[in-house]
Amino acid sequence: MSGRYDPLRRAAALTAPRRRRLVGAASLGTLAIVASMGLLSASGYLIVRAAEMPPVLQLTTVIVAVRFFGTSRAVLRYAERLASHDLAFRQLADLRRAFFIKLVPLVPGSLPRLRAGDLLSRFVADVDQLQELYLRVLLPPLIAIGAILVAGLAAGIVLPFAGLVLTTALILGATAVPLAVSSVAKSAGRRQALTRGRLSTELVEAVDGAAELALLGQSEARIARVAAVDAELAGLARRDAIAGGLATALGSVVSGLALVGVLAVAIPAVEDGTLRGPLLGFLALLVLGAFESVATLPAAAQQLAACGASAARLEEVTSSEVVVADPDSPAAIDAAAPQVLRAEDVVLTGNPGGFIPHAVLDHVDLELAPGRSVALVGSSGAGKTTLAQLLVRFADPTSGTVTFAGADVRTLAQDEVRRHVLLCAQDAHIFTTTIAENVRLARRDATDAEVQAALEAVGLWSFVSELPDGLETLVGEEGAQLSGGQRRRLVVARGLLSDARVVLFDEPAAHLDPAAVTGLHQRLCAERESGRAVLVIAHALTGLEEYDEIVVLHAGRFVERGTHAELLRDGGRYARLALEQAAALASASEQR
Amino acid sequence: MKPVDPGLLRASRPARRHLAATGVLAVLAAVVIVAQAVLLARVITRGVDGVGLEDLTPTLLALAGVLFVRALIDGAFDAIGRFGATRVMSDLRGQLAEHLLLRRPGIEGRERTGELAALAVQGIDAVEPYFARFLPQLALATTVPIAVLLWVVPTDWISALIMLVTLPLIPFFMALVGWATQAQTERRWRTLSLLSAHFLDIVRGLPTLRAHVRTDAHGEQLAIVGERYRQETMGTLRVAFLSAFVLELTAMISTALIAGAIGVRLAEGKLGLEDGLLVLLLAPELYMPLRQVGAQFHASADGLETAMALRSALEQPPTVIECAPAERTTAAPDASWQTISFEDVSFTYPGRDVEVVHNVDFTIEPKLTTALVGPSGAGKTTLAALALRLADPTGGVVRCGGTDLRELAVADWRSQCAYLPQRARLYAGTVAENLRLGRAAATDDELWDALLAAAAAELVSELPQGLETVVGEGGRGLSAGEAQRIAIARAFVRDARLLVLDEPSAHLDEESAAAVDSALDRLRRDRTTLLIVHRPSMAARADHIVRIGDGALVEAPA
Repeated sequence: MSGRYDPLRRAAALTAPRRRRLVGAASLGTLAIVASMGLLSASGYLIVRAAEMPPVLQLTTVIVAVRFFGTSRAVLRYAERLASHDLAFRQLADLRRAFFIKLVPLVPGSLPRLRAGDLLSRFVADVDQLQELYLRVLLPPLIAIGAILVAGLAAGIVLPFAGLVLTTALILGATAVPLAVSSVAKSAGRRQALTRGRLSTELVEAVDGAAELALLGQSEARIARVAAVDAELAGLARRDAIAGGLATALGSVVSGLALVGVLAVAIPAVEDGTLRGPLLGFLALLVLGAFESVATLPAAAQQLAACGASAARLEEVTSSEVVVADPDSPAAIDAAAPQVLRAEDVVLTGNPGGFIPHAVLDHVDLELAPGRSVALVGSSGAGKTTLAQLLVRFADPTSGTVTFAGADVRTLAQDEVRRHVLLCAQDAHIFTTTIAENVRLARRDATDAEVQAALEAVGLWSFVSELPDGLETLVGEEGAQLSGGQRRRLVVARGLLSDARVVLFDEPAAHLDPAAVTGLHQRLCAERESGRAVLVIAHALTGLEEYDEIVVLHAGRFVERGTHAELLRDGGRYARLALEQAAALASASEQR
Repeated sequence: MKPVDPGLLRASRPARRHLAATGVLAVLAAVVIVAQAVLLARVITRGVDGVGLEDLTPTLLALAGVLFVRALIDGAFDAIGRFGATRVMSDLRGQLAEHLLLRRPGIEGRERTGELAALAVQGIDAVEPYFARFLPQLALATTVPIAVLLWVVPTDWISALIMLVTLPLIPFFMALVGWATQAQTERRWRTLSLLSAHFLDIVRGLPTLRAHVRTDAHGEQLAIVGERYRQETMGTLRVAFLSAFVLELTAMISTALIAGAIGVRLAEGKLGLEDGLLVLLLAPELYMPLRQVGAQFHASADGLETAMALRSALEQPPTVIECAPAERTTAAPDASWQTISFEDVSFTYPGRDVEVVHNVDFTIEPKLTTALVGPSGAGKTTLAALALRLADPTGGVVRCGGTDLRELAVADWRSQCAYLPQRARLYAGTVAENLRLGRAAATDDELWDALLAAAAAELVSELPQGLETVVGEGGRGLSAGEAQRIAIARAFVRDARLLVLDEPSAHLDEESAAAVDSALDRLRRDRTTLLIVHRPSMAARADHIVRIGDGALVEAPA
């Protein structure tokens, strides 16, 4: 067991040990099985003893014991279930928090595929899988060990050799049978995985391309192809079902052997007078009850494998290299220095950490001084978002520096930088909570009035005020109850509400109708009145008249900079793009 | 949700032989259980009487044999249950594939088909526990109690009476408590999935939390929310677990009662030891299968829901109905020189209420390009589907050269058509196989001609194995623009008379879009074309423009 389950052990170490609760739940579970063994074996004793026709009074104690075991079994089992579920819930909360804390420094720099969402869903599912660790992996063997000890001891006291036979059989049932069952299941899973994957591909292809296939006259052929792969999978499944059946039979064979074995040992003992008759009844029924303790172990073995795989995957994620790290002793921001955010001769080549997709920046300089508004424009893929990510230190440049208040941001704590410089990203997350809570993310202590003001500023208030629950309206998963434009505006509202001195808005005007775009830009420009610096990224060139400076980024370089009027006058790339967009807009409105 | 639903029983038809075998095994299992108890009671009784091992060996061997047979039956039971489930799952998958490909091959509502594909792949797997475990267990729960009672009644009618009185209590309590706790169990699952969703939400939002410096607060929140839900959930669990408690208590106390009653009568000499032991050994076997049926039912609840979702998907009426051969018009009109006319056409998806196309009249002139223009959701794609006979109108008629399309064999009409979506699919296989989906008999030369016309010849000749390069899922990745040009080549191979183009260049970058558009221009030349337009600039390429809004024609602006 060395090595393969190390990640699992380390994952388990992340949670509080809770040894007392674990031992408590295991003891209850053991006692519950002891009670059912007690019920059966005491009944066995009772009946044989009764047949010897003693005075009925002598039987009362045993009858009471039988009833006691019968009742306590259900009570104990109930208590064990409660205790173990309570334990599992506590552990799950611990696990979630621990893995979240491990994930924080890796985001967004170190996890290239993070945005695919797939990795995250997998991550969450793996953490959830680990909740089975106590409930279905650790408890059953602990309970089994306790029950085997009690059963072996009870049998051993009555007849040492019978105790030996029963213990041996139980240990066999606790090890060989789960091993057989789980290895059969594992190899079945491996064999079926490939075919299952092919079936899935075939089905998705067929269902997705249903119309094309119908028109190509290929529907029937395609159905036959799916059926052929399906039949192949069914064939594998049948073979694995036989193996599974054999493993199940093995479990029954072991318990059967135990019964016959104990009888074969006990019968001569009765014959030669070393064992009293009623105790033969006791032993035989004890064996029947004892195998309940190992019945859940095959499932536990399978869960162990699943938990081990989850823990290994989780560790693979959490052991990613930290690409953007805090310095060992972060400097403090000089409160007296002017709060200017500056990119100086920034170069970004290749794909450091893999987070930034293919964009490259080539000797870029940019200054965002208090009270200034700058628009960054360019076609998609020019590197606009990449630059914004460097400015909040979601990534570091290959050469050149980003400074805030005169300090290289790499010498500051990341959180400190981001308290002053906020990026309202294009793909910013909308949390599954209320509208108010989503906006308040930017400033926790904001009053309802301040939240309302921010929503008014982005033109969302008229919509929100008409909702029955107003600010307290739940937005659904990832903001599903809102339109694309409303989600964008919610993100912009966060930027307006925040205390950050520099706010970067990535595509705030996306999904807005042309009339609203100009109003939004005016509102964002107005932020400079409060002494903030604002950088707005846009690819549509409408409504940019009021910005102090417009920077045109093309293939990673600043090719033009100036005000809207200047750039139009110069007749360069900006002027050309503006003309094209205006023409497209005109033809679109004609279509309407 | 009923444990034994007629719809589900219909679904289990392909496995009826397996179910029958399960039934036979269940009867055998019942017999073996009784035999085991009889033999064990005899061995113990003789042993207590001081009979030696040599004299008992035959009985002991018989017992070992019975136990071995029981092990085999356990194994066979397990395997056959899974066999049957595999059959049912294959059958359901096949039905779903047929339904989606033959009966409702819609070109709209892709997100629905994505959902259905997921249902066909993962969803159907969830059905397994129901057929593999629950139904077989149900058989055991019937045969074993009957066999036990049949044996106990003549042996000891007093114990049989206790059994008869307590046995119905198990299903009674199961139903009663199950009914009372169902709401709580559901709430518990909702809570669990809520917690999981909350965690996912926070993890997904991690970049945003980092931007706003809010990770610490949310890390704490995970612990707080977890603790709050633990307390709430434990409250509901205390009640939910009562059902198992009551069941267990009933079974255990009944066993204890039977043991006590037998003991007293044995002591009074009213019952023999062997009979007493036999009844005692049979008592737990009586309750066990019934209790397990309850557990298996809970375990298969997910699968039941999936099965219901599947059934309701399969019961959706078809969008195209093949006309009876007797009423068929054999001479199919030719779209390359005859006009296609939509006359007062309306359409409602069968099984739904909302009419998506209302009383539309327009014509598609032969050899010309007709553009359908309008906002998304206006009904453009539905109209195209009607022209292709992927669906039939629910009101009005679509004709070609005066013949109602519904009078034609579906395959005859579709064989004249080609359809190019916004994102054409290449199927797993070679380039040549993909092209020959257009026309199986096409020669290699014809394939190259088509590739040339589609501006894809150079691209294919640069592939490592040329026409024989494997593309699509699991093969060589092609860019969207390259895939689109190969799909256009497929349309050339098909040499269709009616082309329906769902703006195949809409999702491409400028350069690839230009290449695709010029290939399409060559394809459209002299072919009757219906063009679905999303970008206004595309309408300029059409000879006629049909404007659609909210499922109806819109008058062109003056």
